[in-house]
Amino acid sequence: MDVRRGTGRYTTVSIPVTLYERIKSLIEGTGFTSVSQFVTYVLREVVAEMEEEKLRSEGVTDEEKREIIERLRRLGYL
Amino acid sequence: MVSRPHGGRLVDRVSRGRSRERLLAEVAEMPRLSLTEGLAADVANIAHGVYTPLEGFMVREDYESVLDQMRLSNDLPWTIPIVLDASQETLRGIREGDEIALYYGGLPLAVMRVEEIYEWNKKLYAERIFKTRDPQHPGVAKTLARGELLVGGPLLLVNEMPEPFENVRLWPKETRVLFRERGWRTIAAFQTRNVPHTGHEYVQKAALTFVDGLFVNPLVGWKKPGDYKDEVIVGAYKALIEHYYPRESVVFSVLRMEMRYAGPREAVHHAIVRKNFGATHFIVGRDHAGVGNYYGPYEAWEIFKEFPDLGITPLFVREAFYCRKCGQMVNEKICPHPEEYRVRISGTKLRRMILRGETPPPYMMRPEVARVVLSHPSPFVEG
Repeated sequence: MDVRRGTGRYTTVSIPVTLYERIKSLIEGTGFTSVSQFVTYVLREVVAEMEEEKLRSEGVTDEEKREIIERLRRLGYL
Repeated sequence: MVSRPHGGRLVDRVSRGRSRERLLAEVAEMPRLSLTEGLAADVANIAHGVYTPLEGFMVREDYESVLDQMRLSNDLPWTIPIVLDASQETLRGIREGDEIALYYGGLPLAVMRVEEIYEWNKKLYAERIFKTRDPQHPGVAKTLARGELLVGGPLLLVNEMPEPFENVRLWPKETRVLFRERGWRTIAAFQTRNVPHTGHEYVQKAALTFVDGLFVNPLVGWKKPGDYKDEVIVGAYKALIEHYYPRESVVFSVLRMEMRYAGPREAVHHAIVRKNFGATHFIVGRDHAGVGNYYGPYEAWEIFKEFPDLGITPLFVREAFYCRKCGQMVNEKICPHPEEYRVRISGTKLRRMILRGETPPPYMMRPEVARVVLSHPSPFVEG
């Protein structure tokens, strides 16, 4: 994929012209004002889902968990 | 499943054990910065992961990105800058690269590495965050009174700030364990700065019908004059939950965080924060985090469309009202009756009644809640 650095906060990503045309016609009459806006929207959704799957760690050790449960019991939450 | 923290990993910047002892020994030698209550609360919130993925106060790149794009420089949604302001006078002798001690009420709270000191345009900030430069707006007024420089950099907490509501204050690590222990997979969070009236109860219970648990998380800390005092909110909710909620389905815990009154942007901020607590859904009401007539009644709903990657599902709940014909709390989607039957439960109306010492009717406020509010000698924040 041809990726070129833009001068501002955006970068150009190439997509097939056929796909571009399909999206362009798909977004007609929707709230999306450009193909770029639509592609950014969709990619963010997909990337977030992939990141969610990738990250599993909660960062709580067994000892911390025991201490937390003890405090929660003391306060009447458990 | 409990929500993943924003950005994937819950931030923990609480110093413990020997590392804490070393920092405490060094703190006296460090340049110090005294914090307001709101900033001290931000320090604790950063350290305990409430503002995950932030590990400190924002540097310029993140600050500008949030202002312009409503995203951090790594593209994660973020709508309210978390910044430490100071005057040139108080920063005299402090340079980028220094370690400084952040104090609150004579107590060293945290050690911060100064990564960047930079200027900010407070009027531009007001325009972007509050959508107005009007100094009558409480958030704008507060912004204009802040220091002229911002200090960004990561921090480590060395002491907890005193918390009068310690017994009902939980951090994200704790709520995440709690929700799992209770076996909740879906959790609806409710943000509030008010004592509950029947409209709030309706909205919360409507949400609870479809999820495993309800997380009621009122803000305590600075609020504008006329808002309810913290202890009144806490007392009122305790009474409501004790008498009217299934206790095994509700978690009540306070969050010390200032109201910004930034309407739509703040609604997203409130959602992100509750995602870090583990909530999977966030209730967005009418005129969420609004004040006066600065924002449209459902403007806060619109902004969520810009964040398909937020990672928490907003629940848009319409304003509830009492219908005399239905004989219960309803909303316009489920009630066919005309306006003449509808009684709006307005916060302003309730405030006026309370100020006159009148007990609101039960269809507006539960008697147990009204008793808590009316028994307080001065339930509202004074100017």
